[in-house]
Amino acid sequence: MTLWLIILGMSVATFGQRASFLLLPEHVKLPLLLRQALRYVPAAVLTAIWAPELLLQKGVLSLAPGNERLLAGMVAIAVAWRFRATFATIVAGLVALHVFDRLF
Amino acid sequence: MPLARTEFQAGLRASLPLLVAIAPFGLVTGVAMAAGGIPPLQAMAMSVLVYAGASMLAAMQLIVEGAPALVVVLAAFIVNLRLLMYSASIRPYFTGEPLGRRLLVSYALVDNPYALFIQRFGTHPGAAGKFDYFVGLAIPTWLCWQAAVGAGLLVGHQLPAAWKLEFAAPLAFIAMSVPLLRDKATAAAALSAGITAVLTHGLPLRLGLALAAAVGIAFGLFTEKLLRTKA
Repeated sequence: MTLWLIILGMSVATFGQRASFLLLPEHVKLPLLLRQALRYVPAAVLTAIWAPELLLQKGVLSLAPGNERLLAGMVAIAVAWRFRATFATIVAGLVALHVFDRLF
Repeated sequence: MPLARTEFQAGLRASLPLLVAIAPFGLVTGVAMAAGGIPPLQAMAMSVLVYAGASMLAAMQLIVEGAPALVVVLAAFIVNLRLLMYSASIRPYFTGEPLGRRLLVSYALVDNPYALFIQRFGTHPGAAGKFDYFVGLAIPTWLCWQAAVGAGLLVGHQLPAAWKLEFAAPLAFIAMSVPLLRDKATAAAALSAGITAVLTHGLPLRLGLALAAAVGIAFGLFTEKLLRTKA
């Protein structure tokens, strides 16, 4: 039941975001600062999602080689930077995770 | 209203290379949702109604952790803030269109078609056939995405937990964010947001994500300003 509530809430929120500016009347102009600020949203938000997943182990910062998620993530970052390919990045990261898991 | 054939077909053709990126991401999303224990019916409903993969993955992670519904919805809203940007950016191309068409564009406004659309019409907001081109992009994208998520859900339940497929979710976010880092201001936004997210991870209600977004935007704007005054 809660799950359906979440789905409903997400649907309304997401559609609202997409429709927001498209449904504004023609004469409304957007402030320059807002348009500039929105440009940094994707990079900021997407990085904020994965950074804790890599750097924290059980909620504690872990930069030791025993943190195989961090090592695998660095491999994935290198692949994403070099090839800009979603599938290659994910496969490389998963393979690296298993390799580092065996090593350490 | 009949679609202008040529622009519609141009959109269809342009969408084909995109499917190579959309299919694996949809597949991974489906597999990750299944691995996280979201039932297939609800996962598919989310895919059709929400139709935004990044927020689905983020929501799945929170649902598995047992976060309250409102927190999940708010986190999805923050993840999808970029859709606000797309909506603002694509608005000048559709201001004259009827409400029904603008609602349709709203529903189908996702990363890849948005980027292709801007590439084609970039500096010509008055050009003809924009809506038809957008629909040509949107239909294959939608079909491919839903089919891929469905396939991922079917396979995902049968894959062993030892494969650690739940790690595919953060990897997908790496795949989406790293190619965006083309200039110093964007890199500053990403770096500062990432550090903030790590430092504020313990905060309740996922406030860390909202804080990280705010800090990232501020650092991006600040770096942009700094570079402009230097030049």
